[in-house]
Amino acid sequence: MTVTAEKKKFRLKYYGNYLLLAAVLLLLIVLDVSGVLKRSSALTFTRIGYSIILAVSLNLVVGFLGELSLGHAGFMCVGAYVGCLTSNYLYTVIDSPVIVVLLALAVGGVAAALFGLLIGLPTLRLKGDYLAIVTLAFGEIIRTVCRNQEFLGGAMGLDNPNKYGKELYIIAFLAALVTVAVIQNLMRSKHGRAIQAIRDNEIAARAMGVNVTYYKLVGFVIAAFFAGIAGVIYGQQVSPISSNAFDYNYSIDILVMVVLGGMGNITGSIIAASLLTYIDVTLVSQLSGNAVMYKSLIYALILIFMILWNNAPFMLPARDWVRGKFTDLRRALFRRRAAESEGEPPATAAWDKIPTKIPMDALLSTDIVPERSHGGERKEDENESMGS
Amino acid sequence: MDTLILGLCYGGIYALIALGYTMVYGIAKMLNFAHGDIIMAGAYAIFVVLSAQGHVILALLAAIVVCTALGLLSERLAYRPLRSASPLAVLITAIGVSYLLQSLAQIFFDSQKRPVTVLPPESVPMFGTTVSVASLWTLALCTVIMVVLTLFIKKTRVGCAMLAVSEDRGAAQLMGINVNFIIALTFAIGSALAAFASLFYLMQTSVVEPTLGAMPGIKAFTAAVIGGIGSIPGAMVGGILLGVIETFSSSSPALSPYTTAIEFGLLIVILLVRPVGLFGKKRREKV
Amino acid sequence: MSQWVLETQSLGISFGGLKAVQDVNLQVAPQALYGLIGPNGAGKTTVFNLLTGVYRPTAGRFFLEGEDLTGRSTVEISHRGIARTFQNIRLFSNLSVIDNVLVGMGNSSPCTLAESILRLPRFYTSEKKLRAAARELLDVFGLDEERRTVASNLPYGKQRKLEIARALATGPKLLLLDEPAAGMNPQETAELTETIRFVRDHFHMTILLIEHDMSLVSGLCDELTVLNFGTTLMQGKTAEVLHSPEVIKAYLGD
Repeated sequence: MTVTAEKKKFRLKYYGNYLLLAAVLLLLIVLDVSGVLKRSSALTFTRIGYSIILAVSLNLVVGFLGELSLGHAGFMCVGAYVGCLTSNYLYTVIDSPVIVVLLALAVGGVAAALFGLLIGLPTLRLKGDYLAIVTLAFGEIIRTVCRNQEFLGGAMGLDNPNKYGKELYIIAFLAALVTVAVIQNLMRSKHGRAIQAIRDNEIAARAMGVNVTYYKLVGFVIAAFFAGIAGVIYGQQVSPISSNAFDYNYSIDILVMVVLGGMGNITGSIIAASLLTYIDVTLVSQLSGNAVMYKSLIYALILIFMILWNNAPFMLPARDWVRGKFTDLRRALFRRRAAESEGEPPATAAWDKIPTKIPMDALLSTDIVPERSHGGERKEDENESMGS
Repeated sequence: MDTLILGLCYGGIYALIALGYTMVYGIAKMLNFAHGDIIMAGAYAIFVVLSAQGHVILALLAAIVVCTALGLLSERLAYRPLRSASPLAVLITAIGVSYLLQSLAQIFFDSQKRPVTVLPPESVPMFGTTVSVASLWTLALCTVIMVVLTLFIKKTRVGCAMLAVSEDRGAAQLMGINVNFIIALTFAIGSALAAFASLFYLMQTSVVEPTLGAMPGIKAFTAAVIGGIGSIPGAMVGGILLGVIETFSSSSPALSPYTTAIEFGLLIVILLVRPVGLFGKKRREKV
Repeated sequence: MSQWVLETQSLGISFGGLKAVQDVNLQVAPQALYGLIGPNGAGKTTVFNLLTGVYRPTAGRFFLEGEDLTGRSTVEISHRGIARTFQNIRLFSNLSVIDNVLVGMGNSSPCTLAESILRLPRFYTSEKKLRAAARELLDVFGLDEERRTVASNLPYGKQRKLEIARALATGPKLLLLDEPAAGMNPQETAELTETIRFVRDHFHMTILLIEHDMSLVSGLCDELTVLNFGTTLMQGKTAEVLHSPEVIKAYLGD
């Protein structure tokens, strides 16, 4: 009974993100087919789609790996340019736009991943602030170089004569689904645990045999790949593609999405990316001119507030209060689950309150030592041999 | 020769900004991403005073007050509550503060570029060429400031306390040093230096805009890294080196579009070859 | 194969001319409980850092079951079979209790990156195996009930236990415990003594431990090495060493 309930909860958490994205996509298709979906809304949802990809992939680096990358827009830039070059060429060979775009996605993603590898290989041994500034520097270098290449259109930007139709949102959301699936699956495996272990304590991770450099590189390259994918999608609806769009402010916009959604929280990234992109679009279209600058004010306040909220000691009472309310609400909503976990939360909460030095649960250790050393010995032998 | 003097001027400016970075990094162990935007705020303060026909000295004082106040305020409100949080959290907050200052400048002054004339464009003949008065002031004042700062840190009790906090915050606290005060003081000094930097920067560029601080900020950070972050002479040398490289690169037609790329490339190479910079000390995390 | 699980030959390291540790010769027999003691700053943790590749020795060599591991990286050494705990607890604080142990076990799983992302059959089988093994291990330490608790929410004593469990999860031949009783009261220390002895007996583990708490050392260790100012002051059976006037002098001063 308990076990099945546990499994159900696990699954909802696991598949919730797919359901969310698929539901939105389905709704959009239905609206589109019935002719309600406006072109501008389709474009907005395309933007939301690739923003989700950007936020979720950056979350892999910032939230799960615990390193700050400020060059995410740079990888997006690579994806946009390479994707556009690819599709411009492919349209001369292949008729079907769907196939062209899919191939462009693959090529653009791989190109961005290669850049990620190229950049990550030497730099990932740097830590924290240094890595952040180096990724920023690389992002800017990529941009500067793109701007000064004739075959990339120079300062005017790269022309993209074959913009994809408004159905691009379908590709954007499907790509977002794939992104979420890959990163979720990765995180719920031994590789993902290793990545999170590095975030929590690099020295201990090493001592446990986790190959830190390898896993940092894995996280970085996968994130770059998906940033490239997002760039390709962006590049299919914009012409000309200008390198100015990918300055480091854009990287910070993506960071705001990750921070608002919660570091290491994929659902949070999806929601925050959708919300902020939507606000962004409406701010630009409805409040004209100077109102746009309130966007950066809002973003700045989000960044500062969210970090203080999660880290500052003086926020602790408020945080506990909100979390308490939230648990109450959840319990009221899912009574069955509440009954199951009733015993647990108060116990941890009580432990939480006492700072250090809790007497080691006397029962447990004395209990184990005599009993298990007789009864459990054989079983553990197997365990040990498996481990070594 | 022209290029070299211009390079030294920019170098002096970058060195002043880099000092702010390096002192804060050395003592508070954080990368103050908003430092560049403090310069922008100082530039606007100068702009306002000069537009009201104020004297340059008055403008400089206004910039110092504004910069120091902003530096202290951001430290108190945003960074101090995060003293025990992860470096990642602090860095993101600093990015937030940077964004906040930029957007506030946009809201108060809109995002237009505005011309400012700090000093009339006069030049004096020297070394077989002409050198602008502004450049001479910049070079002279930068030198004086750096000497004074070095003496302050080496010779005064407070300077000693700053060094102690940068070595070992916990031990310094045990020795009766008020760590919060020292960190706040560091922010104040760094920001005051930024005010000078904003004046000199305006002398060279003569334009203010809300994003004015971003590029010199990042470049000065590069300079601080080149010199070895946490090292005061390192910041000076790194700043001057970067300034000279920048002006030489942008005065060459072939390289000029890639100037930024070259500077950042230099940053990356330094970090990879010698992560502690030219003058930095190696630190090891204790196990 | 050597008769010793761990053998060091004049192991030493100097930092820029300063000899932090020199001439350490340890010989740890299979399933021994070997103590490394000494006053503060004697270089005990430095020895652990040498043995786990955090520092590279500048002098001497060390062998695990006869295999020379001198100069290997931390990760390699971990794979060869030396696991450790830390003086100041270093758990993966945002991961659950079971995930902490699973990180240690990860090396034994053959599941590749692609298999994990694509959720191929081998992912499920290897994950299932790992989880079962992890729960068994946690059960031994009485932590199975709390396997889904976030590690940083565990009480102090259980965090120490979890660190030991996590180290064992890597399937080591030698377990290094760095001041396991730090910050514990006498009762907790007594329980910890039991736990350590239990680990030795139950897992047939060879244990090298650093400790300040003499009651724990005298109750637990068969043999001791005393370090003072980075050099070996004395080596031998526990009772002899602890009664030696030299050792008493090193601890209490003149």
